[in-house]
Amino acid sequence: MTEPAITPELVARHNLSPEEYTRILEILGRPPTYTELGIFSVMWSEHCSYKNTKPLLRTFPTRAPHILVGAGEENAGIVDIGDGLAIAFKMESHNHPSAVEPFQGAATGVGGIIRDIFTMGARPVAALDSLRFGELSDPEVRRLFGGVVAGIAHYGNCFGIPTLAGEVYFDKTYAGNPLVNVFCLGVLRHEQIARGTARGVGNPVFYVGPATGRDGLAGAAFASQDLTEESAEQQRGAVQVGDPFMEKLVCEACLELLATGAVAGIQDMGAAGLTCSTCETAARAGTGIEIELSKVPQRAPNMTPYEIMLSESQERMLIIVHRGREEEVKRIFDKWDLPWAEIGVVTDTGRMVVKHHGRVVADIPARLIASEAPVYEREAREPAYLQAVRAFRLADLPDPSDLSDPLPALRRLLAWPTIASKHWVWRQYDHMVRNGSVVCPGSDAAVLRLKADSLPPLPAGVEAPPVPEKFLALTSDCNGTYCYLDPYEGGKAAVVEAARNLACTGARPLGVTDNLNFGNPYHPELFWQLRECVRGLADACRALHAPVTGGNCSLYNQSPAGPIDPTPTVAMVGLIEKPEYITTQWFKDEGDAILLLGAPVDRADPLQGLGGSAYLQVIHGLKTGTPPRCDLETAATLHTTLLGLIYAGGIKSAHDCSEGGLAVALAECCFSQLIARETPRLIGATVDLTGLMADAAAADAAAAAGGAETAASRVRLDALLFGETQHRVVVSCAPRDAMKVLERAKLMGVPAVRLGTVGGDRLVFKTPAGEFAASVSELHDLWWHSLARAMS
Amino acid sequence: MHFAVLQFPASNCDQDCVHAVRVLGHTAELRWHKDNTLGAADAVIIPGGFSYGDYLRCGAIARFSPVMQAVQRFAAAGGLVLGICNGFQILCEAGLLPGALIRNRSLQFRCEPVFLKTARFDTPFTRAIPRDRLLKIPIAHGEGCYFADEATLSELRAHGQILWQYCSATGEVTERANPNGSLLHIAGICNTAGNVAGLMPHPDRACEAILGSTDGRFIFESMIAALAERPLRNTSPSLPSPPASAPAPVARS
Repeated sequence: MTEPAITPELVARHNLSPEEYTRILEILGRPPTYTELGIFSVMWSEHCSYKNTKPLLRTFPTRAPHILVGAGEENAGIVDIGDGLAIAFKMESHNHPSAVEPFQGAATGVGGIIRDIFTMGARPVAALDSLRFGELSDPEVRRLFGGVVAGIAHYGNCFGIPTLAGEVYFDKTYAGNPLVNVFCLGVLRHEQIARGTARGVGNPVFYVGPATGRDGLAGAAFASQDLTEESAEQQRGAVQVGDPFMEKLVCEACLELLATGAVAGIQDMGAAGLTCSTCETAARAGTGIEIELSKVPQRAPNMTPYEIMLSESQERMLIIVHRGREEEVKRIFDKWDLPWAEIGVVTDTGRMVVKHHGRVVADIPARLIASEAPVYEREAREPAYLQAVRAFRLADLPDPSDLSDPLPALRRLLAWPTIASKHWVWRQYDHMVRNGSVVCPGSDAAVLRLKADSLPPLPAGVEAPPVPEKFLALTSDCNGTYCYLDPYEGGKAAVVEAARNLACTGARPLGVTDNLNFGNPYHPELFWQLRECVRGLADACRALHAPVTGGNCSLYNQSPAGPIDPTPTVAMVGLIEKPEYITTQWFKDEGDAILLLGAPVDRADPLQGLGGSAYLQVIHGLKTGTPPRCDLETAATLHTTLLGLIYAGGIKSAHDCSEGGLAVALAECCFSQLIARETPRLIGATVDLTGLMADAAAADAAAAAGGAETAASRVRLDALLFGETQHRVVVSCAPRDAMKVLERAKLMGVPAVRLGTVGGDRLVFKTPAGEFAASVSELHDLWWHSLARAMS
Repeated sequence: MHFAVLQFPASNCDQDCVHAVRVLGHTAELRWHKDNTLGAADAVIIPGGFSYGDYLRCGAIARFSPVMQAVQRFAAAGGLVLGICNGFQILCEAGLLPGALIRNRSLQFRCEPVFLKTARFDTPFTRAIPRDRLLKIPIAHGEGCYFADEATLSELRAHGQILWQYCSATGEVTERANPNGSLLHIAGICNTAGNVAGLMPHPDRACEAILGSTDGRFIFESMIAALAERPLRNTSPSLPSPPASAPAPVARS
């Protein structure tokens, strides 16, 4: 068998720099074999090593008393939820594979994140997905969008996991490089936590799951370079093919095996396949590992050691078994009709030794390759475009005058795909399987009920103790436009919006997993975006007591058209203490009072919340201006206050103001409840904004009397209706409770005002410019059918 | 009562069915697809999922499993068998129910609550359903379009085998209310003997108020009531003649 000679060109084609190659020579004390070069290439890719992001990731708050397994320790973080129960959750990207082959790219993304969760010993019980695409007017974007959604549906539905929440944004920045971030959450008992460690010298190493093929060769390396037309074409073979049926069997068999106690360590073969799982388990345990590749089940004939080590064939697991208990592995995997093979042994050499028919093809210190990858402090430079962004003033609008009639703008915003209902997406996902979906997609956060059958199996014959029901809230958020216009504020806003969505649902945050989607880190301006976003995320997570439990970095998100907007997606999980605290966003009863918690307009923001807003983008065609300011103390106070109000009872609905501002939020409160197919529950509302405008005018007059400049701070009606001033929540309550709620909120330091009343079949705005009313069913139609219309 | 819930590789609603039965105060056990018997079960539920991955046709491989041979014998002896979603597909593939379930007309998976109109109230699967009560029950399937040739459809009508049809919130059986393109808007049927039924919607997901509907209980409670009345499993049942009114006439939207 002849292998290519190691030349500088071959090294470069493996995305290794000359300096990195020198490091390899130092580690090995000799030139690498071809297989070793491949191993270093994938292990030192950004995807596996975080070589460009490690210094930033260290700034995240990751510790808290309830964190049982912290970020970076294992395949996913684990969080205590009380009563001996815990959850494992993580988010990961599959952006590049999805750009090349949307259906399989997205499907295998779901498969990969599910494996990360059951690898920890947890039963996967919920998924969510955060997606970004270009504009739907582009047929190629429609193909990608349709394919990704179908791929997620295919894998998740067949596996039997509810895809319960998520978000989709459409912006041309993502046209050539869609983002597919998938999240999975699993449940387990504290004592069921499994580790990815090759413990116990002499313990046998098992390979379980389907045979290894040539699919997905070096996908991790592929994910760690810019997407070009050429690379997309060449790398189609780097996209794996998923088999959710196999995954379901592997998951059930692994959980059954873990219950026996025969397992010393377990890790999925995800990115970098057999390579990553062997060297990481050995590195974590401080041991060595030796495997014989001829024993690895193979799907294709004549596979080389290089191919076997770098294959990313799906649904495979590496299991280290306590010596003497091999029969239990065989029994359980035979029961599930799954292939298995004993391929190696744990050693005390600290080395990862790979043999092929007895010949050593790789021999590398496991720790050096797994945890000692080079780490770089990249150069950062503030992007030049920010000067123009910061210079933008409302006076620069093509038509700087205020609105005469807000309804046309409201209609266009509701039909804007980013704001429109995403039911076209989630009706394709089985979001109800497992009988735990208490709040389905379509409210601020989804609510999942955990019960006894959410947990992994116990050892045979062990009586299961009673399991108290638990309620979790899940959400994912990130406004990439804000992050582009001000990465630090945008990073904070992503975390704050997630926490606000949880608060609206009645949940307090347990933890965060993030997916950092950015451009090429070797570009100083793009690296600056990354650094500033991470600073924002970290500050917000600290302020809101939401530790980061893990996540993923996806850099090199750029196509020939340029880099994507910086998009640090945040998925947050919260705990709802009692079922009666579960709150949804839609108005409930005629006559209920509508209240706004939080300052209606941020008076200290010269753009009054319109910078980077959907309104500027949709109505004025502008993506500019400093985005709304995100004050962490104000956020924390609002969330605590809202939760207190919900706990006290009486809050019938809560919905946060985000894209599209107050007007869109109010409309969504009127029509987001779905009774059944084709059967929304619509209810009207009347809100009076004249008081708010008058209050603002009075404040301005007072300021003017004091000699202050007032022209700039006159509250605009469009800013009040469509501005995206942060930290605002629309709540409703019985009219008799309204005064009490307002007083309690003000006592806690949260501005609060009554806006109006629920009822009728129209949404009515009373403003100083007059009264405007729209039929709720007409607005609903625009919002509900927008995506389906664009896709048909 | 004691239910056997079948478990195929990649059944994924098996636990949900066990949970639903327990919520109703009865017991259930999982029966592995390689089992040759059904144990001491009073009735059988074939749950939803993707048995064997459904790579050939939904339910096409499951019908050959050992446990399905046991179900064949159980059904022939008059035992009550309910197939939900993939379970309905398996019963059709196994020949225990006529017709087939094909790809949704939309070509997409659909997960959403639907309303069902019950065509008759005198079967072991419908007897506890209040008259005039529409059932709100979720669907979750990609291949739920009921299909059969004209002769089979005539047979179904003649024997009163159509148990549930998709309808609107106000009870009209219309194209618009039909989520998958099923002929005659069929959501569920039974065999001529009346002891084997299948439906695409998931009553197992509609047994608790916190999940949005308890209408699924009526179907399980019907089975429980029927079993209480004739505890001997080997009594051969027969479906009474269809009531004159069933099924509901089909309106055009």
